[in-house]
Order: sequence, then C-alpha cells, then structure tokens
Amino acid sequence: MNEVLGIINDARYDYNLKEIGNYRSMASIPFGGRYRMIDFVLSNMINSGIQNVGILVQRNYRSIIGHLRSPKEWDLDRKRDGLFILPPGYDFGIPGALMGDLQVIHSNLDYIARCKQKEVIISGVNILCNINYSEALRFHMENRNDITVIYKDMGDDMRDLSMCTNLEVGDDGRILDMEVGPDESIGTAMSMNMYILSKKLLAKITQRCISRGKTDFVKNGIIENIGKLKIYGFKFDGYVAHVNSIQDYYRYSMELLNTDKWHEIFFKNGRIYTKAMDNGPAKYMKGSTVKNSLIANGCIIEGNVENSILFRKVKVHKGAQIKNSIVMQNCEIGEEAILENVILDKDSKITKGRHITGSDGFPIVIEKKTVI
Amino acid sequence: MKKKECIALILAGGQGSRLGSLTKNLAKPAVPFGGRYRIIDFTLSNCSNSDIDTVGVLTQYQPLVLNSYIGIGSPWNLDRNNGGVTLLPPYTDTEGRKWFRGTADAIYQNIFYVNQFDPDYVLVLSGDHIYKMDYSKMLAFHKKKGADATISVIEVSWDEASRFGIMNTERDGRIIEFEEKPKVPRSNLASMGIYIFNWKLLRDFLIEDSKNENSSHDFGKNIIPSMLKDGRRMFAYRFKGYWRDVGTIESFYEVNMDLISDSSELDIYDSNWKIYSENSTQPPHYAGPDASVKCSLINEGCVVFGEVENSILFQGVYVGKNVKIKNSLIMPGARIMDNATLDRVIVGEGSIVREGVKLIGGKEHKQTENYDVSDTGIIVIGENTVI
Repeated sequence: MNEVLGIINDARYDYNLKEIGNYRSMASIPFGGRYRMIDFVLSNMINSGIQNVGILVQRNYRSIIGHLRSPKEWDLDRKRDGLFILPPGYDFGIPGALMGDLQVIHSNLDYIARCKQKEVIISGVNILCNINYSEALRFHMENRNDITVIYKDMGDDMRDLSMCTNLEVGDDGRILDMEVGPDESIGTAMSMNMYILSKKLLAKITQRCISRGKTDFVKNGIIENIGKLKIYGFKFDGYVAHVNSIQDYYRYSMELLNTDKWHEIFFKNGRIYTKAMDNGPAKYMKGSTVKNSLIANGCIIEGNVENSILFRKVKVHKGAQIKNSIVMQNCEIGEEAILENVILDKDSKITKGRHITGSDGFPIVIEKKTVI
Repeated sequence: MKKKECIALILAGGQGSRLGSLTKNLAKPAVPFGGRYRIIDFTLSNCSNSDIDTVGVLTQYQPLVLNSYIGIGSPWNLDRNNGGVTLLPPYTDTEGRKWFRGTADAIYQNIFYVNQFDPDYVLVLSGDHIYKMDYSKMLAFHKKKGADATISVIEVSWDEASRFGIMNTERDGRIIEFEEKPKVPRSNLASMGIYIFNWKLLRDFLIEDSKNENSSHDFGKNIIPSMLKDGRRMFAYRFKGYWRDVGTIESFYEVNMDLISDSSELDIYDSNWKIYSENSTQPPHYAGPDASVKCSLINEGCVVFGEVENSILFQGVYVGKNVKIKNSLIMPGARIMDNATLDRVIVGEGSIVREGVKLIGGKEHKQTENYDVSDTGIIVIGENTVI
C-alpha cells in the first residue's frame, strides 16, 4: 500500500453537531470513550499499510494539531513520508471565510505533486468503520477505474440519509447518479466519503474546477464527471457508523455497547490508535454498579452507570446515577446527581443532587466546561 | 556528550526467582503490575518526573521483553538526543569479561557509559520497587549535607526491621553503621536501595572493589561498608510515603491489592505525577448487562460479563458469563470462560481458564504441573497456560 497517498478531508462542513461541533472540526469530535473521529480513518490507513498521510484542515484545527502532535503514536514519525497537516492557503477570497474543500486541496497541490505515491485515497472523517483498503485498491486497479467510490448498502436502514451522499449504482457497479443530501433518496447506497483516484486525476480535477469557480470536491469534482469518467462503486460489507447530526452521534455511540460492533470497529483489521494519556485503569469503588457500559481508563466510579459511555478521567461520586448518557473526558458527576439521556461535553461538572434528563433518543447536549 | 549534573542507573538484571513462574521468561522489572504497568514503569516515571533525563538500565536475566518494552524510552519521555534511556547489557571485550558479577560490578563494567556524561552525581536505583519519589529533593539534600553518599531510608515497624538492611545514624542523619538483616536491630531505618554518590568517589571504590576477588561486588554488602570504613560522609535521607519491594509472590500480590483499596496510599491518578507506561492501544472496557464489578481496577480492552470483586484485570481480559472472580490478578489477554470461579489466583498473560473451572487459593493446595502455590496459598498460573 505504499504506492498510495492517504488524504483525510477535514475541510468539509456539511454536518450539524450543535454544541459539540461548535468549537471543533469533525475530525476532533470525541467518540467511543477515548478517541477522536479522525483516529478511525487514520488508523484504517495505517493498518492498511499507507505510510504517507496528509490532513486537509480549514477551521478550528488547533485541537487536531494538538491531538496529532506526536506522529509516533500513529507510527507515522517517518523520515520519508509520514504525517502532514495541509492548511488552507489564503489565495482565495476573504481570509477567514469558509472555503470549498477543493480550494484547500488546490492550496496544497505542490505537496500532493511532490509525494512519490501515484494513487490517492481521499476520505472524510464522519464515517467510522474498520476497513482494509487493499481490496478496494485492487478493484480500482484491476477494473482500471478513474474513480472508485467506497459505499455501504444501507438496505432498510434508510432512516435519515438526508445529510449523506446517496448513490445510484448500476448492476455492474458503475455509479449512475450521486446526490449530496438528497431530498428524495435515489437508492439504498451511501457513499462512505472514501474515494480512490490517481494523483494526476485529482490534480486535474482540482485545477479544472477551481479555474471554473467550482469549489466542492464531491459535487463538482465527482458528480459532474459521472458519465464522463469511469466511476465505479466498491461495496463495503462491514459495520459502518455515520455521524452527521447529534442524533447520529448518540445512536452510533450507543451501538458500541453491542460487543460484536465494539469488537468489529476496534479490532477487525487492526487496532484504533489515539493519543496516549497515561491514566491508570478505571477504578471501581465500594458501592459502584455498572451495567452495559463502556468505561475508559482514569475513571473513578462510586455511583451507578447504566447504558452509558464514560470517556477518560470521569469521576462519578457516591449515589450518582448515569443512564443512557455519554460523558466526555474529565467530567465530574456529584453525589446523588442524576443524568439521563445526556451528552455531557468535556471538563463539565454536575454538582451534588442535580437532575438532568433528556428524552429517549433526543439527548440534551451540554457544552464543554459547563458547571451545573 | 553534554555534561550532566546527575544521571540515573537502574539495576534491572536480577532474576527475581522468588516470583516463580511470573519471571520464568522475563526479568522481574518487566512483570505486569497494577492493571496496566510493568514494575519498572514506577522507577522510570520517577526519573522522568524528577527531571532526570539520562538513565542507564542494566539488564542481564531474560532481557528480551524488558529490552523491547523500554525501546528508546518514548513512553517515559526519555527519547532524548542528549542522554535519554540506554540499555546496558553485559558484554565481552578484549580481556574476555563476563556476566555482571553483582550490582556494583554491573556499574563498574559500565564506567565508560557514565563517564561520557561527566556527571557530578549518580543515582543508583532498583527496577523492582513500587513507589513515587522526587529524586531531585534527595539530590538537594545530598548537596546541602555535602555528602559523599546519600542513602534513602524508610521507617519500618520494629518487628519487621530485621528483614531489611538497617542504617544506624546520628541525630543529623549521618550514617555510622550499616547492618544487613540484623537480629537485634538498633534502628528502624531501612535502606530502600536508592543511593546518590559523588561519581568520582564511587568510581574509585568500584575500581578498588573489582580487584578484590573475595568481594561479592554488591552495593549493600561491599561498597557501602567499605565507604563507611573509610570514614566517608554518608547520610540517610528519610523518605515518607508509600514504598514497597515486590520480591516475592506474597508482596507482589499485596502491593497490587493495595492499589484497589478506596483509600490507596499510592495515588496512580495524580496528573502531576503520572506513571507512564506503554500505550496498549485498546478501546475502553465493556461491562455487560449482568456484570457486577466491585472494588476493582479494570484496564482497557476488557470485556466483563460476570462478577469481579477486589481484583485487577489487565488489558484485554475476557470474563465470561456467570464467572466469579475474587481477590485475583488477571494478566493481559487472559480469558476466563463461562461459569469459572477464581479466588486468590494470579492468572498469567494469555492464559485460559476453561468453562466451569473452580480454583480457590489456600495453603492446602499442592503445586501441579499447571500452577504454583505460594506459601500463603495464592495460586499462580504461568503465561499461556490452559487450565
């Protein structure tokens, strides 16, 4: 896989994660008890043998730089290749204004041109799975595709594809139509926002689009080329979580409480890497009860936790009750406090005896550093 | 190399034979401890947290796991351009030198390593103690006293004192006598095996000692007594806090259990003094719908369906349905299958306890080919064993 350059695209903003997304880009949204969204796609690339990864960023990227500060943890501290942050250039429009992702790619074309790899896998960060890319790459090469789109057939699970990229796939696998955020779905296939193409073609598409004032990689770069280029779909059969909204975030977080899914996403083709924090093991004190929950290291639990996810360093005091909730890093839940259907962002504190209850499937989201 | 004021040397070559099957294939400092650590993490983290950035680790017995674990020292922030961590195994030279003959000989044979940094002081440490200590305070004490050597001591109870190396001191802390395991102790200040020496002086003593064929080349038995005899300024530095030697199955077990207690004396959750360790790259652990976990430490990657009480699960342990685990240590990757019962058992790395197996520790147990039993009745299952 060293002939492939990995590009992680964190320069798109077609999602809505309300309070937890206000200060973060999608890549740095905490997920799964100890990870950030980017860890999944980055680990998939590493586990597939990719050794050169560039990350397209645009807004609020300080936290992603902090997270990736040491490429060692991802085994990307290489002399040749390794890990690169690709920031937006200011050769477009007003500084600070939101750009299209093609503009960010355009600003970094010299990096892409300089890499020795010939093929590119460009992936978004909002779709989580544990995939080995080599099979898709083989299909791409053997079928001589111009572009390969990795997709998941969602079958009956069409609950809400309104924020996804929907595909119509022909019997032979050719992509016939594609829509970003369709008002009516054109099939059961969802693009996993992972695209394989040659570096040359990526550069060509980028330049052609930019010179015509078009700035969106998927809408302009790919959809407008359907019928002109050989664009095929590669079907992925594993477990997929897609996060575009708070409801998705909550739903797919809770699905990790299913050990088969937990096992598939964290172990199937390799482990998921993240920044080490050197916390001790989770400590269960006298009187704690924990049922059907994921508990990260550094947690100290004296109270009750049920159907919930606790990130690293969460303190649950005596008599506190946490149910159907996601509690992020470094939060503290006071004595006798009750949390039900809540997403509590990091560094927050719920004081003694407080009750906070959201409704089933529609959690209350509490911003980081909140004290209640 | 740049000059360093103080460098550390960690003695990590001992076999730890009293740990039985736990040290069959690895050196004592590399034995898994406390749910996510290896024993040597505490000493290495102390160095790192005390701003000592140059550490030599002397290895000898079964070094493979220890060597690959320490690597270039990144987990402890010891991957430095100047200094950092260096593994110092025994070697031969034109004179055909052999194995390290004792703790002092190990350092004698690495005089060249130490000289590179031209240090004023060397800190000599053991790789098999569990404690948190700021060595920079001990060094400040050493300098303030204008000492030739400083030995860290801890008060032990009088009835235990005869098990330790005991320092008899004057009121100002100056050591007048050192007694190894005295029958009738006159002091309860026990040596912790932590020394600071003025390097040039220690070097002279090491060279002298190496010529003595009758010496056992040991710090406690030879170097300290001969320095005392020579009238050197040697001081006892009193350490207050949690410090334990984990030399036997019993003490290893007890010290692990100490971590579990609600009011543990050793705080491993202090973000100002982190205990660093290799990242196990495993997801948060999962406690199932019928799981019951009380007074325990559970590390990443575990899946728990049964009951766990007063126990430690290391990374990646599987606990099946209706399993009952009490007062036990389950090492990394072990699998305890449905309906099994364990009490007072140490299960080695990667071992499997089959469905329905019941193992309750107790003195009446006899050793079998599958496991050892300690004097106090703790059952120890070695690594990669199926029971």
